[in-house]
Amino acid sequence: MELLRLRREIDFFGQRRIATILSVVLVLVSLGSLATRQLNLGIDFTGGVLLEVGYRADADLGQIRSDLAAAGYADAQVQNFGAARDVLIRIPPRETIDAEGVGEELLGVLRAGGEQVDLRRVEFVGPQVGQELTERGGLAVLFALLMILLYVMFRFQWKFAVGSVAALAHDVIIILGIFSLFQLPFDLTILAAALAVIGYSLNDTIVVFDRIRENFRRIRTSNAQAVMNTSVNQMLGRTVITSLTTLLVLIALFLFGGEALKGFSSALIIGVVVGTYSSIYVAGNTALALNVSTADLLPPKKETANDGAVT
Amino acid sequence: MNRYPLWKNLLVLIAVVGGGLIALPNIYGDDPAVLISRDDQGEISEMEADSARRALAVAGFEILGARQRGNSLLIRFDSVEAQLSARDLLVEQLGPGYILALDLVPRTPDWIAALGLRPMSLGLDLQGGVHFLFEVDTDSVVTKRVEGYADDFSRRLREDGIRRTVQPQDGAVRVELRRREDLERSEDLLTEIEPDLEYDSGFDGEAAWITATLGEARLRELRDNAVSKNITILRNRVNELGVAEPLVQRQGQGRIVVQLPGVQDPAQASRILGSTATVEFRITCYEENALEADRLGRAPLGCELQYHTDGRPILLRRAIIADGGQLVDARQGFDENGQPAVHVNLAARGADAMLEATQEHLNRPMGVLFIETKRELDERGEPVTREEKTVISDATIRGVFSSRFQITGLNVVEARDLALLLRAGALEAPIFKVEERTVGPSLGQDNIDQGMRAILFGLLLVVLFISVYYRVFGMIATMALAANMVLIVALLSLLQASLTLPGIAGIVLTVGMAVDANVLIFERIREELRNGNSPQASIRAGYEKALVTIADANITTLIAAIVLFTFGTGPIKGFAITLSLGILMSMFTAIVGTRAVVNLVYGRRRLKRLAV
Repeated sequence: MELLRLRREIDFFGQRRIATILSVVLVLVSLGSLATRQLNLGIDFTGGVLLEVGYRADADLGQIRSDLAAAGYADAQVQNFGAARDVLIRIPPRETIDAEGVGEELLGVLRAGGEQVDLRRVEFVGPQVGQELTERGGLAVLFALLMILLYVMFRFQWKFAVGSVAALAHDVIIILGIFSLFQLPFDLTILAAALAVIGYSLNDTIVVFDRIRENFRRIRTSNAQAVMNTSVNQMLGRTVITSLTTLLVLIALFLFGGEALKGFSSALIIGVVVGTYSSIYVAGNTALALNVSTADLLPPKKETANDGAVT
Repeated sequence: MNRYPLWKNLLVLIAVVGGGLIALPNIYGDDPAVLISRDDQGEISEMEADSARRALAVAGFEILGARQRGNSLLIRFDSVEAQLSARDLLVEQLGPGYILALDLVPRTPDWIAALGLRPMSLGLDLQGGVHFLFEVDTDSVVTKRVEGYADDFSRRLREDGIRRTVQPQDGAVRVELRRREDLERSEDLLTEIEPDLEYDSGFDGEAAWITATLGEARLRELRDNAVSKNITILRNRVNELGVAEPLVQRQGQGRIVVQLPGVQDPAQASRILGSTATVEFRITCYEENALEADRLGRAPLGCELQYHTDGRPILLRRAIIADGGQLVDARQGFDENGQPAVHVNLAARGADAMLEATQEHLNRPMGVLFIETKRELDERGEPVTREEKTVISDATIRGVFSSRFQITGLNVVEARDLALLLRAGALEAPIFKVEERTVGPSLGQDNIDQGMRAILFGLLLVVLFISVYYRVFGMIATMALAANMVLIVALLSLLQASLTLPGIAGIVLTVGMAVDANVLIFERIREELRNGNSPQASIRAGYEKALVTIADANITTLIAAIVLFTFGTGPIKGFAITLSLGILMSMFTAIVGTRAVVNLVYGRRRLKRLAV
């Protein structure tokens, strides 16, 4: 069975202007949102207390809010978590970092009305730890991009390296942008997802680059755009199938993985879609814009002489 | 013809069979168990074990098994309910002196256990439990040490009649001498008592000064020592709490991670571990008027104004008879009036001082000062430490005593906690909780169930899809996927790395990405076939040409995973581990594994068509 038996090549790079405009708009909107609305950072980064509790019957959020306000926690965020019985309470960092028993205290407040409340999860993060995490997280993304840049430079050529890193930065910015635009809670697992997207999207990019390199060496034409177009078309089946299987498992994770993994899986789903698009358009277009040519990818003369088997 | 050499086929076979064997312990599940240990770390005797078993049998508990583990006795039950009520029963039956911990014991058959194989361990988010990150306030150790030097210096110089002022500073002591001619002599004296400090000196008109600084190495040693000693104390405290498989570990320069799986009372754990509580025994200034001192806000010479928990002002002598550090044992009990008390046992040095003090001040009140160090943020948001002191008891000394006596004035919980803290020892430096994550046991089980369901559904969807899309080759890829799962589980069991919820997410993601290698190969084979190559040649070319691409793609993903591992903490590390293991294993199963099977199925035949 074949999903994609194409009679004609799709002219991917013919519409590169449209793709470029789309990417630029998406990135600008994302950056704009990040600048104005920021990210809805979870307590992993800001510090604070998070409490997940389970009620026996549907929880009355309004009542919980007023109970907490009466106990001096007017700044508590109260929301349902997955089910109407499960409630998530977030409290920003307070004056005293010594959060000894804040969880217990909150639980006491919730139980004061005589209701059965199960403690499911408490997280307390000091503001200092949160700040360190933010720094480390940002550093991790930058470091990952740098390492990848070096690897691709070593394996391919700097124009491709710039192309792939441009694609990755594009993906990460858009994921962050979507989380900022819709004010979705951004916690440690989302950061992990963003880094996983770097890995995934890169995977896609490299596969396409690999074929481009092969074709440049084989076809020996001066029309770089045509070579790249052929390459993307040849890899289209694989790109679509792999994205599809990855999306399948991610959808399974989103549907069945429970509330704790919802944010994680949605970040990855966005990432896979954006990453697939970017490895075709952003990576390729950047390399084209840098005037990538056959000469860039020919193996150095010396090696060609000894190594006739290069395909 | 496509054939693998024998060694490659054997390699695949060994990997799959071996991996299967190592992964095997994971399918048996766990039994809830109670772990009985003596609080003096001694071995549980046959007699004690027998009485525990008998008590359980009389109460009608079904015991699945009982055996020694280290010095402790492990009793397994068939349900968590039985485990919990058995523990309560045993607490009552055995009395004080024992620590009872809840544990989960793998139901691994003996022959597997004999091979040293264990199931993978579950992270706190799957098992339920508490994770703490403490920061050690090492600055306070340095300050204390510097103050100690300053006292020593001042005393030594006074003995020699040298006029001076001694000021402890940030990591140094500054000595100012009134007369410049004292400088040489003073320097000699100081270097004699503390040769390890770095000295500097100079003249200032008629006066002179000396600074003694703690060197870099000395500072580091002090801080390191404080952290290591705290780790020891925290281990003691954790043992006292009764946790079956705790983890107490240093993280970075001055932080300590404590993980307590399956803890039932996280609030108590948090209270006990972070507590800096200690006690001091002092005679009260009974000849002075405490109310008067309170009104003036000033204590008479040699006394200190403190407050009782009921709010009364009390004057205590500055001299300490004994403190928490001189206790050899402390136990919660009740006094003769049935009030909660802590029975303590002083070491020889403290006992002598206590004997003397009680003889001298018979029928006068002795104060027990309870001291706790708290950290708060000041107006500028900077953390400051503050000692909170309260007098918990000022009972009259009724008779002369030395080593054994009791502390009253506490409620039952406070008495229990204080006894435990005194037993486990005081922290070298105050610690502060900078992170806490508690996961209730029910949430842990939910996480496992949901994670497993996600893996199963994801796997099923992918398998269905590729089997339809690539037919025979798709089914071979399915086998590779299954082998990949088994190998990941085997490696996790072997490394004893904890499986966490993000770890499960990593496995799910691997399922999606592991297929990629096969998709690349199969698409390439189709392409070769389309180009008019023979089936056998297409298989060979497909595998060979896809190899470079797969390697490049996976190495870059691996780079991202390794960066995640290096920079990440707890949950992110879990994700990075399963993702990297998954990628590595998929390179083997998807390339070598499927090729072995493909060769086996198609390799020896002349083919007209391929089911790809």
